[in-house]
Amino acid sequence: MQNLGWNKLFAVSLLSLAIAGCASSGGTTDEAATTTNNSVEESQTQGVPGSPEVDVVTEEQAAMAANPLLDQTVVYFGFDRSEIRPEFKDILNAHAEYLVANPQARVVLEGHCDERGTVEYNLALGERRADTVKRYLVVQGVNPSQLESVSFGEERPAMMGSDESSWAKNRRTEINYQAR
Amino acid sequence: MIQRLFIVLCVLFSVSAKAELTIEITQGIASSIPISVVPFKINGSADFKDTVDEIVRNDLERSGHFAVLSPRDMLSHPSSEADLYFRDWRLLKQDYVVLGNIDMSANGQFQVRYQLFDVFNERELLTQTLRGTMSQVRDISHRIGDAIYEQLTGIRGAFATKIAYVTTNPQRTRFNLSIADSDGAREQVILSSKYSIFSPAWAPDGKRIAYVMLEDSGSRVYVQDLASGKKELISSNKGLNSAPAFSPDGNKLALTLSKDGNPEIYVVDLNTRKFERITNHYGIDTEPNWMPDGKHLIFTSGRSGKPQIYRKNLESGYLERLTYEGHYNARARLAQDGRFLVLVHQAVKGGDFHIASLDLTRGLLQILSSDTYLDESPSVSPNGVMVMYAAKHKNRSILAAVSVDGDVKFLVPSKSGDVREPAWGPYQN
Repeated sequence: MQNLGWNKLFAVSLLSLAIAGCASSGGTTDEAATTTNNSVEESQTQGVPGSPEVDVVTEEQAAMAANPLLDQTVVYFGFDRSEIRPEFKDILNAHAEYLVANPQARVVLEGHCDERGTVEYNLALGERRADTVKRYLVVQGVNPSQLESVSFGEERPAMMGSDESSWAKNRRTEINYQAR
Repeated sequence: MIQRLFIVLCVLFSVSAKAELTIEITQGIASSIPISVVPFKINGSADFKDTVDEIVRNDLERSGHFAVLSPRDMLSHPSSEADLYFRDWRLLKQDYVVLGNIDMSANGQFQVRYQLFDVFNERELLTQTLRGTMSQVRDISHRIGDAIYEQLTGIRGAFATKIAYVTTNPQRTRFNLSIADSDGAREQVILSSKYSIFSPAWAPDGKRIAYVMLEDSGSRVYVQDLASGKKELISSNKGLNSAPAFSPDGNKLALTLSKDGNPEIYVVDLNTRKFERITNHYGIDTEPNWMPDGKHLIFTSGRSGKPQIYRKNLESGYLERLTYEGHYNARARLAQDGRFLVLVHQAVKGGDFHIASLDLTRGLLQILSSDTYLDESPSVSPNGVMVMYAAKHKNRSILAAVSVDGDVKFLVPSKSGDVREPAWGPYQN
């Protein structure tokens, strides 16, 4: 979702804070909640059109933001596992580099599980999945204050099916940028 | 006791999105007791939507311990002892007969007098008179079912109890926490939210329910007073706030918090709001539940690598692992004064999740549920006989029940949507 226009934005070297709104890549469940929040924010923004802030993006930052790995904002896990699989390390390294280079950027790490196992154990497991990603990013040099983790357990599946392919898509941590 | 009948929980926030639960018995015990509950004679004019005797028959049938004769198959419908011919009932191979009379009074009240007879010995075993208003027909009927059940099985009945559960639409955009009678009747939505609600837990007095609401910023624990409908935020620490369980005296709540960096068990005093940390391990610790003595907590821990059940003595700190059999054992609840654990069990890696019981004195594990899959959230009836749980059935989440001995099974399908997270309430009298 958020990869649309990401490169274009950098081409004009303008970073508007308004893109925070499209950072959510949540499943079908939380769209309703997100929509509500956006409409509230939109209704608050009408009024005095103060001068928008302009961020000057360095060449280095622009190059980094163009890294296609940054478009990948979900890492997946094995059943009842919370350790980072090797194939996702490149993605996390790209996000770590970006976050180090952009200390104003803020990320919420959302941990999720598939529907198997108990609701409460999965809530705890979801937190572990968010926290292992958080720890990995911190080890790569990201300031912990840029990162927040939250667990949604098995309550907000990305896929609604009860089969292995849906479950595999649901065992995940989503990297959601609140500010770039 | 009759006066207590007048105290009926009455909380009604919304009547929309009802699940309308029904019950389908799938398995009863082989040696069930033949019993006839003859239609009760109504003296005076009354409009019963469900008749008292019908509700009693359904209760006894659902328990799995009785073979209940349909009124159509009875030779006669006596309402008094004078008209009762034991030989007729022996002919029908009935062991017990229940007769009853209902007297309507002018002020909207009614009175039921019933008698339970032993057909073989030709004698009365039990007689009782109960009185209430028309809104209490179901309370009174379940009370009669409980008394008959106890007289004939020696176990206290639990028909006159409530269950709490969560219903959700298929899109999962609306979550309702509801309470209903143990047979699914008289559903009332007590909380409706766009956020997921789970882990409802009854206070021992049946007047409050604790639960988790998963908001956008994370999980929160609330306690809601049923009479007033007022909900109170109990825990909103950083990280997880989850898995509430009332202590047997109702003054404390055990719960899971990760405010110190990792999911651990805590106990919060509901009067002082002081939190005390109970566990300390880098593995996941969650799903606490109190032993009836109030001095031990059982909980799920991933400290061995996979979830297993542990018990901690709150006074000595002594910790003991209770489950060894199986790949995944979680969310244990106690049955029969702590003699049995009922839990979610996965025998082997990648296998199905079923409800199992573990006899703690003999160490025997028995898988109870087999015709459903993805079974979770077991909750035990206050008499320790039945376990209600959530399961997948025909691609929907439904409630199902099984007896702790595995002999009796029934499904509780809803007319629409998904039903999850059952919690069986305490005795109400």
